[in-house]
Amino acid sequence: MSSLLTQEVPVSWYLLLSAVLFSLGVIGFLIKRNLITVFMSIELMLNGVNLSFVTFAHQWHAVKGQIFVFFVMMVAAAEAAVGLAIIIAVFRARATLAVDRIDLMKL
Amino acid sequence: MHLILFILFAGFCLGGAINLLLQSHPISSALSLIVVMTSLAVLYLLLGAEFLAIAQIIVYAGAIMVLFTFVVMLLNAGREDRTMGSRTARSVGFPAVVVILGVIATVILRAQGLGMAGLQDGITSTEDLSRILFTELLLPFEVTSVLILIAILGAVALARNDGERKPGQ
Repeated sequence: MSSLLTQEVPVSWYLLLSAVLFSLGVIGFLIKRNLITVFMSIELMLNGVNLSFVTFAHQWHAVKGQIFVFFVMMVAAAEAAVGLAIIIAVFRARATLAVDRIDLMKL
Repeated sequence: MHLILFILFAGFCLGGAINLLLQSHPISSALSLIVVMTSLAVLYLLLGAEFLAIAQIIVYAGAIMVLFTFVVMLLNAGREDRTMGSRTARSVGFPAVVVILGVIATVILRAQGLGMAGLQDGITSTEDLSRILFTELLLPFEVTSVLILIAILGAVALARNDGERKPGQ
């Protein structure tokens, strides 16, 4: 039991988890048909990348990796505010959230 | 203990992410994204990033996701119809995802010199973080505050109702 309590985790597991989260975000971006859930998938991708930043900061004892995550969070907050405002404007103009019907620029 | 916590919260994380894809109602997707972000905060804490763990909960799980749920409820977003993506997404997107994941996983698994992470590794204190942030990286930090200000102005300008315009116009 004591060996289980002191067991360590390989750093590569964290990196694999971050890669899987990123891929799930890409898949969500491709299969979701609602503008808001597509946007949520982008947030999922950002979170996956953040996890690998934190993992590498831990691996090489580099504080700057964590600061990069801090900046990513700030940019993500700004992006969410502007993106959701755009979604509201699109909904007001087209009265729909389905990405298939927002096709004004499609050939 | 690290192993147990990692498996538990990595499981929550993956479960939440998969649930985000499976749910057809946007509000369910938003709630599972909150689960993902909160369990990621625990993983950050396991990796010794105490400040980021708290910032993840406050900024992501708090502010950003509240904004998301607010917009979902404001626009009264209903159940989405599932079409499994466009033809381009099926023919190019999904193979590309598999290739990307495969390449990244191979690189990670074959990489040498990646160590172990344990609870005894110690944490990066907020003091260390802020010392670098407010000395070496002061200019980027101030520039992001300008970015946030512009984002606020842009959000207000975009979401403001002009009054006379009607839907579909």
